Amino acid sequence: MTRLQLRHAAEALAIPVGALLAAMVVFGLFMAALRQSPLEVYTLIYRGGFASAFAWQNTLARAAPLVLTALCVALPAQAGLMVIGGEGALVLGGLAAAVAGHQLAVAGAGPLAMKTMMAAAAMLIGAAWIVLAGALRHYRGVNETISSLLLTYIGIAVFNQLVEGPLRDPASLNKPSTTPIGEANMLGHLPGLDVHWGLGFGVIVCLVLYVVVRHTTFGFALRIVGGNARAARLAGLPVGRLILLACALGGAGAGLAGMVEVAAVHGNANASLIAGYGYGGILVAFIARQNPIAIVPVAVLVGGIAASGGMLQRRLDLPDATVLVLQGVAFMLILASEALYGRLKIFRPARA
Amino acid sequence: MTSLGWWGVPLAVLGGAIRVSTPFLFVSLGECITERSGRINLGLEGILVMGAMTGYALSYATGNPWLGVLAAAGAGAVLGVLHGLLCSLPRVNDIAIGIGLMLFGTGFAFFLGKPYVQPKAPMLPSIPLGGWSSSPQIQAALQVNPLFIIGLALAIALAWAFRNTRWGLVVRMVGDSSDAARAMGYGVSAVRTLATAAGGMLAGIGGSFLSLYYPGSWSEGLSSGQGLMAVALVIFARWRPLSCFYAALLFGGAGALGPALQSVGVTGGYYLFNAAPYVVTLAIMIVTCSPRRNLSGAPGELSINR
Repeated sequence: MTRLQLRHAAEALAIPVGALLAAMVVFGLFMAALRQSPLEVYTLIYRGGFASAFAWQNTLARAAPLVLTALCVALPAQAGLMVIGGEGALVLGGLAAAVAGHQLAVAGAGPLAMKTMMAAAAMLIGAAWIVLAGALRHYRGVNETISSLLLTYIGIAVFNQLVEGPLRDPASLNKPSTTPIGEANMLGHLPGLDVHWGLGFGVIVCLVLYVVVRHTTFGFALRIVGGNARAARLAGLPVGRLILLACALGGAGAGLAGMVEVAAVHGNANASLIAGYGYGGILVAFIARQNPIAIVPVAVLVGGIAASGGMLQRRLDLPDATVLVLQGVAFMLILASEALYGRLKIFRPARA
Repeated sequence: MTSLGWWGVPLAVLGGAIRVSTPFLFVSLGECITERSGRINLGLEGILVMGAMTGYALSYATGNPWLGVLAAAGAGAVLGVLHGLLCSLPRVNDIAIGIGLMLFGTGFAFFLGKPYVQPKAPMLPSIPLGGWSSSPQIQAALQVNPLFIIGLALAIALAWAFRNTRWGLVVRMVGDSSDAARAMGYGVSAVRTLATAAGGMLAGIGGSFLSLYYPGSWSEGLSSGQGLMAVALVIFARWRPLSCFYAALLFGGAGALGPALQSVGVTGGYYLFNAAPYVVTLAIMIVTCSPRRNLSGAPGELSINR
């Protein structure tokens, strides 16, 4: 690594970390204004998210879907699209996985074939959902941020309609759900950990995509499209195909998140799937600055903060939305810190 | 005449359009001002929820719903200024800040609004315009809220102001060409920040309508994307305030379709009918947008045009 690259890496690490610290100060002042000790709040967030094996288990279980939904933002972002509809792809992907799982269980498929097919179904549906937003953008000029969020609302409506209607398991009385996929077919835990395989999938996918985005011709082409679509077109790149592919990969990630939630947590598709992981993924992707490899630690951090919400509620009697406020403040400051790149003296090379 | 049968559906849709459209109207007029100045504020969804919470809390605390509306406008303006100032920083993307404001505004409103989920606050009054009819359905459909009338007046006033006043011209110039505005000696960031604040104020009022009139309570599931749909609505209305009014009525009618059908006994497809406004929004955007040319009437500096 040259010194210049080193400086860039240091800058890319220092500015988001600085913004996060600033967010902690702002949120701490806010807590102090409400006569809560900021120190106690942060201690509880640490204890609720990271201090014990149980806390880590909870944190990592939340981080797993966040890693995958963050990819639904980060990959289209490489091609210059701001897609925020991961929630819809997650919900429909989860539904597809549950349906495929039940059908295969009836047909008597083995657990491994079944999990593979569930993941494939979820990724296919998720990809199709986000490709729709990308295609509307490319072929019709419809703003993808708005359309993807509208698609999320539509997707959730379709999900509710199907789960409470034709796909409902008659045995699910209080909480409409699809038919369970069966205990034997659930995703197991990572070896030696009390964390399900979803996290493993997420980490592997992030590593692969990091290499793809940063070190392959495809990734390079994608980033050219994101940097300047007109220049990419002049250079003869298939802009439309690249955009759709980035959307498909991102949507597949969110769909896989839905499959993981179904196959490792709920065992069927029900309203608990609509838990806001899609929106959390937006936050994760932006803090990670759309870098696939940075997504993993950021997702763990955000998952930990979310996991500590219950403890803040119990110990300090704070509303459950407290962690949302902290996340919101962090998000705003991270975005504002974008203005600092290239402006801090210590990261600038000395002029010869 | 006691029952209108199936005729009740269009009537209920009309009444619903008048009732449901008001928040769309305010948010879209606000977004219209902001976008005319060359910025997009996707955070109006968060401002809407924040306005709903503030309005409800103030109405409960003071006993006067109109003070609640005022407070909601203030809260909306503050968040609008926040968006405006952050976007004035170099290389900060207005769409990204909007997404941030959406998450921050809703989270903050849920946090502060927790104590107000249970208590009942005084509601805004309504003007019965249907007194001439003996049919209860017609009377119900024509219960009009004063905010709806204020919104209509505001749409007319804005259309006139954009055309005929000095500040209307300044906002449009900043939105069409920041270079021209700079050459004329106007501060681009200052004008845009003020325009975003004005937009936030109107979105806050739209939010207070949700909590203080219809549906008329404060809960975390109060808004379902109205703030965001308003952004699409402004595009559909081609940045014209009067068209925003008609578009808001259309969206309101789409939103009222589900409950109206349910009231005559069509209960299948409940969720799908409730998704009608989103489908309509998406369909409208597909029809009106084009990849080859900018939309006619679009402010030149708007980031969705580039």
